[in-house]
Amino acid sequence: MTDLPASTDRKLGLVIDLDTCVGCHACVISCKGWNTENYGAPLSDADAYGGDPSGTFLNRVHSYEITPEEGPAQLVHFPKSCLHCEDAPCVTVCPTGASYKRSEDGIVLVNEDACIGCGLCAWACPYGARELDALEGVMKKCTLCVDRIYNNTLPEIDRVPSCVRTCPAGARHFGDLGDPDSDVSQLVAARGGMDLMPEQGTKPVNKYLPPRPKQDRAEDLDSLAPYLAPVAEDQSGFLGWLDKALDRLPGARSDEEMS
Amino acid sequence: MHPAPSVIIFTTFSGLGFGLLLFLGLGLPPVTGWVAFFLYAIAYACAVGGLLASTFHLGHPERALKAFTQWRTSWLSREAWLSVAALLVMGIYAFAAVFLDTRLTPVGILGAALSLATVSSTSMIYAQLKTVPRWHHWLTPAHMLGLSLAGGALLAGQMTVAAALLAVAAAVQVAHWQVGDSALARSGTNLASATGLGAPGRVRAFEPPHTGTNYLLREFVHVVGRRHSRKLRLIALTFGYGLPVVLLVIPAAPHLLGALAILSHLAGILASRWLFFAEAEHVVGLYYGKRAA
Ligand code: SF4
Ligand code: SF4
Ligand code: SF4
Repeated sequence: MTDLPASTDRKLGLVIDLDTCVGCHACVISCKGWNTENYGAPLSDADAYGGDPSGTFLNRVHSYEITPEEGPAQLVHFPKSCLHCEDAPCVTVCPTGASYKRSEDGIVLVNEDACIGCGLCAWACPYGARELDALEGVMKKCTLCVDRIYNNTLPEIDRVPSCVRTCPAGARHFGDLGDPDSDVSQLVAARGGMDLMPEQGTKPVNKYLPPRPKQDRAEDLDSLAPYLAPVAEDQSGFLGWLDKALDRLPGARSDEEMS
Repeated sequence: MHPAPSVIIFTTFSGLGFGLLLFLGLGLPPVTGWVAFFLYAIAYACAVGGLLASTFHLGHPERALKAFTQWRTSWLSREAWLSVAALLVMGIYAFAAVFLDTRLTPVGILGAALSLATVSSTSMIYAQLKTVPRWHHWLTPAHMLGLSLAGGALLAGQMTVAAALLAVAAAVQVAHWQVGDSALARSGTNLASATGLGAPGRVRAFEPPHTGTNYLLREFVHVVGRRHSRKLRLIALTFGYGLPVVLLVIPAAPHLLGALAILSHLAGILASRWLFFAEAEHVVGLYYGKRAA
């Protein structure tokens, strides 16, 4: 049923740290790999090796530039996958019941056998988290790696989403955001975790940690400066006299003119 | 949004078809026999043809019956029920009118109400979407209902009613464009709210996730040039509303002019519907730096 559960026992989701993400796209690749080989229809590509490649991805990394009033601009890498919204508009619009939100853990999933591929759920998602697979004709979205996190055949360390497991910068965290004592909830509290597009009223479970204010601006960074002070100050004595004498020769140029 | 021919044809023709069914159900005109047969054939061709066109954009049309299950939350599912109900009830009414020469008035009124409800539910599929601020407004249902009523009256040969309804629909159309043009800016959704990065400074999309295109860009990001849009709006207004009204109020040769008015209306509405989709800005475009707001 596409009625949303009034509440869910747990709110499993991701916390994405925009301060530490280095924009390497490793999570994009590991997500694509895991979800092509496992749950549901594979994520297809068209013209993968040609001039106009395009394909289905459940997680994509954008890059944004922030220009503050003062100081240098800052680049922020911005991974985006389904935010497993509490008030998921993608679920309620679905005519077939293929889209649903689980009452036990809040994960939003698509039952691909019931999906008619009408695309309306993707229209209803403000974040671009759903993509209709061009080859399979069914809606694909992040499953929060539901086939890993409960998978007892995997070593315990791997029972987290593929993107979380892969991220070399530790920028993606997985946990229960409904439990205020969980690691992820505490991280959100400590770092001022935020919702994307709060005005859309979707109440996303996933949170984003804003980039920390940069302390290491260019002017502070110059740790070698003291050692690089000009060695030759104004010369005195014989060398000073020679310098000036050479300057006065026809054709010689002064330091000012040269600089 | 991508102006897919299947949805443009679907919304235009099913709107016209159900509009005509509405008038026929109300006994305007009170036709029976062969004339009724002819009019119902047009109405069903438009309504059913439109609905069939809408299945062309489905990834799995063979599962379309599943779309009847979620009427409790989904406008698309409600539309499926209401359209089938309207077609069935009006089918009974049409059968009696064509073959038994009787008009079952209560059945007709029920059918007319269901036809109206069908068009309303279609319009709500678009109006419910907060993600498309241009559509998320009561003017969207008003626009689609007005057009369906005006077009229905035109097809039903209700010339005076049609002229009046067309004038109202034209006003709603202009208002929908006017209000729509600033809808994204007023929605409060912008790149700063989308990324949460507005506090430290001005945010600009620096690099998209992939060098190529993708489903999201193809489906949701369609940019119409200002000049192009103005031209099409003029065409839609002239042929969809203006010319038909003029043709309707000319007293001579009503049949020929009526047919011309219908053709002109159809052409104008197809242009209007193309703009309805092509100009609709989905907020996901913000993530790709494709929207000015
Ligand atoms: S991010 Fe989009 S797809 Fe995911 S739950 Fe929210 S609205 Fe649905
Ligand atoms: S595309 Fe599939 S999951 Fe999405 S609304 Fe349509 S039927 Fe539901
Ligand atoms: S949780 Fe799994 S499906 Fe979702 S973005 Fe990460 S890897 Fe992809």
